[in-house]
Amino acid sequence: MLSLARLAAMIFKEFVQIRRDRPTFGMIVGIPLLQLLLFGFAINSDPKHLPTGVLDADHGPVGRAVVAAMRASGYFEVVADFVSEAEVEDALATGKTQFVVTVPADFSRRVLRGERPQLLVEADATDPAAAANALSALEKLADGAAARALAGPSASLRRAAAPFDLVVHRRYNPEGETAFNIVPGLMGVVLTMTMVIMTCLAVTRERERGTMESLLALPLRPVEVMLGKIVPYILIGYVQVLFILVAAKFLFAVPMQGSLILLSAATIVFITANLAVGFTFSTIAANQLQAVQMGFFFFLPSIMLSGFMFPFRGMPVWAQTVGECLPLTHFLRIVRGILLKGSGGAEILADLLAIAAFLAVAGAVALRRYRVTLD
Amino acid sequence: MTAAIAVRGLTKRFSGRAVVDGVDLTVGEGRIMGFLGPNGSGKTTTIRMLCGLLTVDAGEGTCLGLDIRREAAAIKRQAGYMTQRFSLYEDMTVAENLDFVARVHGIPGRRARVDEAVARLGLGDRRGQLAGSLSGGWKQRLALAAAILHRPRLLLLDEPTAGVDPKARREFWDRIHGFAAEGMTVLVSTHYMDEAERCHAIAYIAYGRLLTHGTVAEVVAATGLAAAVVTGGGEPRLIARLKALPGVETATAMGADAHVAGGDAAALAAALDGLARETGAAWRPEAPNLEDAFIHLMAQSRDNFAAGEA
Ligand SMILES: Nc1ncnc2c1ncn2[C@@H]1O[C@H](COP(=O)(O)OP(=O)(O)OP(=O)(O)O)[C@@H](O)[C@H]1O
Ligand SMILES: [Mg+2]
Repeated sequence: MLSLARLAAMIFKEFVQIRRDRPTFGMIVGIPLLQLLLFGFAINSDPKHLPTGVLDADHGPVGRAVVAAMRASGYFEVVADFVSEAEVEDALATGKTQFVVTVPADFSRRVLRGERPQLLVEADATDPAAAANALSALEKLADGAAARALAGPSASLRRAAAPFDLVVHRRYNPEGETAFNIVPGLMGVVLTMTMVIMTCLAVTRERERGTMESLLALPLRPVEVMLGKIVPYILIGYVQVLFILVAAKFLFAVPMQGSLILLSAATIVFITANLAVGFTFSTIAANQLQAVQMGFFFFLPSIMLSGFMFPFRGMPVWAQTVGECLPLTHFLRIVRGILLKGSGGAEILADLLAIAAFLAVAGAVALRRYRVTLD
Repeated sequence: MTAAIAVRGLTKRFSGRAVVDGVDLTVGEGRIMGFLGPNGSGKTTTIRMLCGLLTVDAGEGTCLGLDIRREAAAIKRQAGYMTQRFSLYEDMTVAENLDFVARVHGIPGRRARVDEAVARLGLGDRRGQLAGSLSGGWKQRLALAAAILHRPRLLLLDEPTAGVDPKARREFWDRIHGFAAEGMTVLVSTHYMDEAERCHAIAYIAYGRLLTHGTVAEVVAATGLAAAVVTGGGEPRLIARLKALPGVETATAMGADAHVAGGDAAALAAALDGLARETGAAWRPEAPNLEDAFIHLMAQSRDNFAAGEA
């Protein structure tokens, strides 16, 4: 049935073409690099010097002390002083400041009287990860700052846990995601993105350029064409994995507790599953543009609902259900499990089986839909 | 003589419209069959069905003794197909393209065979050049080289010489005849009359229906056309006047002279005599040619088609 010589011919041909296709070649290296830089550094590096505005209606020592302590933490940089609520709204809405501290009138006096007034910190939580660390630092430093301001005559108040209530308004408070969590996850994200789109393109390109006619006139079996298009990208996928693992170790010092061999084995199943999805799309898409659009159609839910962007357990049930059907969700658990928790075969088995099931379905659909004729 | 192609009632519909409609075609082994017909008449579609690239909606038959519906994979191993539009990989070099085809066919002594094909087609200087950067005529040569690389028993050529220069065209046809002499069967579509005349037999298709087939002489004779050459006499609007005459179906300028043809020899003679008296132009009978036959067939099929539609 399957002829290894013909399969080798397909694989060899694909490599010749990949080598010539500079932009795609660039994408293979560029996407992991870009994502590492964006997710690894830009987004998840502990952001500091965040623009902060202050509305101080108190003009008293305690409020000033709190603001000074915030500034000293390095997370907050006071860039504006406001006098009205309207200014506050505007600054947050336009993104001029990420935080606004509102010190109410009589704040210092009421603190001294022991009335526990409220200190309001509003955070622009559209990017919750960006504010998360700053906000957690805020809780600690507010206590100390107040304590210092109250030294001396009011020392008795220092015994209370906090002389005022810190009220933080934010719409979303994520679990503590760290680079350790993000970088291994990136492996799955990069593979999903490049593998699906690249196989999808590999087949539609044949159709769009008219080379499908010659290819179909050759005595190749569908499975030979399919594997011939998939195998080169498995190797490319491994290059990307290697790239990310090296970066994870040396750039981000991600711990690697488990077996890398086990990880490689799981990765090949995951890569192949994505390639099968790409191949299926390519049997539907009429041209390369549609292929890319379908790729994104698959990529977006993968990145959103897999637990990469948002904590999986924080998602509504319907989103979790969709997420469970996506191979990336399971792969993220496997990668994070192996690298961070040192999981072994037994722990990852369920997730690996889920990916394998996905692969079986996608592969069957791809083979069924692949036409050996032009109509 | 056994038939390399023998199909009956071959039909293909695209969204309900029969693009190829009940075509019967028989080509003997070692023969060169010219496949002619106006644009959109269904030549490419027919060829694609023969080599398993399109599913057949109705009809049956064999290529090389293999059923076209069930044994397409086996046919592909023994047939070479040269597509109308260049369809090899433009981002691969001449040698890489041929090497790929050779690998897929599992040709023994692959490198030597690729070298031989490159040399035979005069592609030697260009073997390392990207196929996409070849000129049109060179692309055609490469496509032909790829189609014959595995020494197929059946060669399906879809307008192989479109855009090829006269010398290369002649070489090409000499080669085709060489292959046929070795026993290869060739079905070649073309719009060139001189090429049709080089075939052992021709088949003419219009609106998806096979209208006539046979040798060139048979096809011309079957139309019952009469033709003549008209020598000008200085008449400036000769062609227009000729076309307006009753009994004249076609009139073509041949330098200062004109070639005319019509379905009725007597009517043609009467009309030309009348014109000669009026303008002083002279005329003499001539053998009708293949082009006359095709234009006649095309006009006829259009009438039939229009009648059928109405
Ligand atoms: N995939 C397709 N889908 C729909 N219609 C098609 C398809 N392929 C061909 N056709 C139609 O079938 C008819 C015959 O096309 P075909 O390409 O066989 O003509 P042809 O004789 O090769 O013409 P030409 O001399 O221009 O190459 C045309 O009207 C064309 O529009
Ligand atoms: Mg055609």
